[in-house]
This record gives sequence, C-alpha cells and structure tokens, in this order.
Amino acid sequence: MSIINVNLNSVNSTQSFAQKLASLLSAGTVIAMTGDLGTGKTTFTQGFAKGLGVQGNVGSPTFKLISEYEGADLMLYHIDCYRLKNESEFMNIGGENYLDPVDGITIIEWSENIANVLPDNCIKLHFERVKDSEDKRELTIEGLGF
Amino acid sequence: MIVLGVETSCDETAAAISSDSKILSSIVSSQLIHSDFGGVVPELASREHELLLNSIVEKAIQKAGISKTDIEGIAVTRGPGLAGTLLAGVCFSKGFAHGLKKPIIGINHLEAHIFANFLADPNLQFPFVCLLVSGGHTQLWLVEALGGYTLLGTSRDDAAGEAFDKGARILGLGYPGGPEIEELSRGGNQKAVHFPRAFIKDKNIEFSFSGLKTALLYYMDSYDKNGNITKADIAASYQQAIVDILVSKLKQAIKQTGVKTCVVAGGVAANKSLRKAMKNSFTDMRVLYPDLALCTDNAAMVAYLGELYLNKGVSSAMDFDIDPNLKLA
Repeated sequence: MSIINVNLNSVNSTQSFAQKLASLLSAGTVIAMTGDLGTGKTTFTQGFAKGLGVQGNVGSPTFKLISEYEGADLMLYHIDCYRLKNESEFMNIGGENYLDPVDGITIIEWSENIANVLPDNCIKLHFERVKDSEDKRELTIEGLGF
Repeated sequence: MIVLGVETSCDETAAAISSDSKILSSIVSSQLIHSDFGGVVPELASREHELLLNSIVEKAIQKAGISKTDIEGIAVTRGPGLAGTLLAGVCFSKGFAHGLKKPIIGINHLEAHIFANFLADPNLQFPFVCLLVSGGHTQLWLVEALGGYTLLGTSRDDAAGEAFDKGARILGLGYPGGPEIEELSRGGNQKAVHFPRAFIKDKNIEFSFSGLKTALLYYMDSYDKNGNITKADIAASYQQAIVDILVSKLKQAIKQTGVKTCVVAGGVAANKSLRKAMKNSFTDMRVLYPDLALCTDNAAMVAYLGELYLNKGVSSAMDFDIDPNLKLA
C-alpha cells in the first residue's frame, strides 16, 4: 500500500493534475473518490475526462447517478453515490458492470457509500478543503502497487 | 389512438395510457409505494423496475378503463438515463408490443419533458423557449416544431436543483433542498451576503452552480451565529443568487430568439422567488408553469409524445436499442 499527498493550489492545478493522471492509467482502473461537498471531486473528474480525450461537457452526475463518456481510446464511467444509501442500491442499478470496466475507467464520487463492494485494487482519492482558501485542496492518493 | 407509455430512465418506474392526446391514466412508482407503505418512501427503491413494471402497467390499464387488447401502440423511453433501468423498460415494452403485434417507438426522455408542456396547456404554440430546471437538468431549449429543437444553454457542472439540495445540506436543512431553503428564506434579507453569479455578464448562455455551492461552504466556515446576519439572510441570499442566474440567462435566451412564450418546467419552477422574479422581469411575455406532476419523471409525457409520432406513421424497428447518452440536439 502506497500513500501520496498532493497539494492542489487552484481549480486549474486540480484539473491539470487529473489530466496527467488520466494519461497514465489503463482500462480496468477504478478510482474511488471520497471527500465532502465542494472539495473538488467533480472538478477533478472534468480534468480527468480531458486527459482521456472526452469531448464536451462533464457535469455532476448526482441526479443521473451514472454518466458515460467516450474518450479517445477509453470509455469514462462517472458515477456519483451521493444519493445512494448502500451497496445494494448501487447493485440494483447495475453497478457491478462498472466495477470491472474492461473498455475504460470508472471514477466514483462519494465512494464511501459503497465501500464494501469496491475492488481491492482500486485507487483511492481523498479530497479535503484547506481552510480560508476557496481554491486550495489537499489530495491523498492511496493504492496498491504504484 | 390508444398508446401505452413506459418510463424507466432513472429512479421512477412509470406507465400511462393516452388516447387522442388525452391522458387516461398515469402511474408513477414513488406515489404507489407511498400509498402502499403508509407514507414511507424508500428513496430509490423504485428502481427495482423489473419487479414493478408488470403491476404498474396493469394498474395504468385498469385505471384507464380499457383492456390490454385496446392498446394500439407502445412508447418507451430509450434514453438518456441509466443503462440498466432503461433496458428493463425497453425489454418489457418490446415483449408487450410483440405479444400484441402493435407498433413500438423508442422515445427521447428530454423530448418527452419538453412535450409535457402541451399536456399542461394544449393551446401552447410553437415557437417557445423552455427552461428545464430540476435536480438533474438546467437547460434552455428553443422549441420550434416536433423534432425542431435547439439547445441554447446548459450547466457546465451542477444543476440548479442540485444547488438547492446541496446548499440545504450545507445549511443543515433537509431534502429536497428547494422547499427547505425557500421556507428558511422567509423574512431573510436577500442582499445580506453576496454570493457569486457565474457567467451572469457573459454573452454565452451557460450556467454554473458549483462555485456558488463552494462559496456557501466557505461562508459557513467563518459564520458567526451571534453576528448580525441570520441563517434566514444566508438562505435568502443564496436563493437569490440562483434566481438571478436563471432569470438573466432566460432573458438572454428570449432576446436572442425573439420568442414571446416561455415555459419554466421542473421541480425548481415551484420556487416562489423565482416566479416572482419572472413575473417582474417578463411583463410582456407569456410565461407558463406546467403542473409539477408533469415536470417530474412520468410516463404520461412518453405516451403523449409517442402518440404524436405513431400517428404520423413513425415507429421504431423491433431491434432498436437503448442509448444512455441519447442527445436531443
């Protein structure tokens, strides 16, 4: 298990970091994000999508639960568990299909709500706000084998 | 023509019967569960669409006072939405159509939302601008004909309804957030706190509510409960920021298109401050607010739109597929 801390100083640095990370990952990766409201999870995903070559707008999937985007080579599955109470609700909407994304990458907001079904090899990103600065965020990355 | 409509794009399982553009019945699962379980609505339980579909369609047929064999066509939502739930509705409907040997048509969920406005007001005329504001959507459409839609603007991040829901959570209020914030805002000073209004001076019609949410978070970090500003003031200021953004972009859309009618549809349309601001801003316009039951996900709009197409002889081949990312324009 490795843990890395990253300081993100602005919306732009969050997005460019995410964009770079996206270009390093391959199909089958699951990214599990945690962090309170307004810590930058959707902002991060927007940059990540750009890194995968997704054209067009990536919005919040809070209501839709799952948004699918076509990247240059990979699909991006953007999932939001904010409205989900537990793992069984996630499975009820066909969630298991997104936990082993053979043709792309799955990125999950509010993954704490489905913690028990996340794959062991997922990459965990935890976002925190930095007091008194609207733009700065602290990101903790946790995962196996990197 | 008697048409069965089926809608399973997200949380709701719904079925409805339309006949000559009149809705004979419309059943939505959340209401059903509500009455069957004595008021407790298990959030998202309604998505067990497969289990619910049969009984909901039966209920719709029964309530319409028709028999299954009277149905002349089937309309079903094929996207956008969740792949799994869409598939449940489409498979069920294909089986139904095949069994009855009747035509079927796959419907775009967003197009059905736009046409729900005709159910609210049968005298509605093209062209009009539709502001669709709910938990999932913040979109401005120019609607010129059946099949003639232009997306004038949308949100680049959170929807307006989501801004209300998440703002309410930050303020320690309940769900859904819109009515809670509206209630707390009463008597509050909407000018007490200045919240950002993204893109308000921008020439493009585009919405963003994510920064507003973050601004509220940071404001609450340093909020002094014993100071001069009350929580009612904060709620009122936050609500006003959302209203100002919506009204200013609608104004731009109307100026750009020159239309004289606009429809404000979706859960956020129930907000009284928004309605008041609309009334003050659009004095020479016709502004319609369709009934909330028609703005939330339902199958009446699917049946209605399906009937329009089927009457024109437009139907889908039996092997049509779902499309979770289906676009309208």
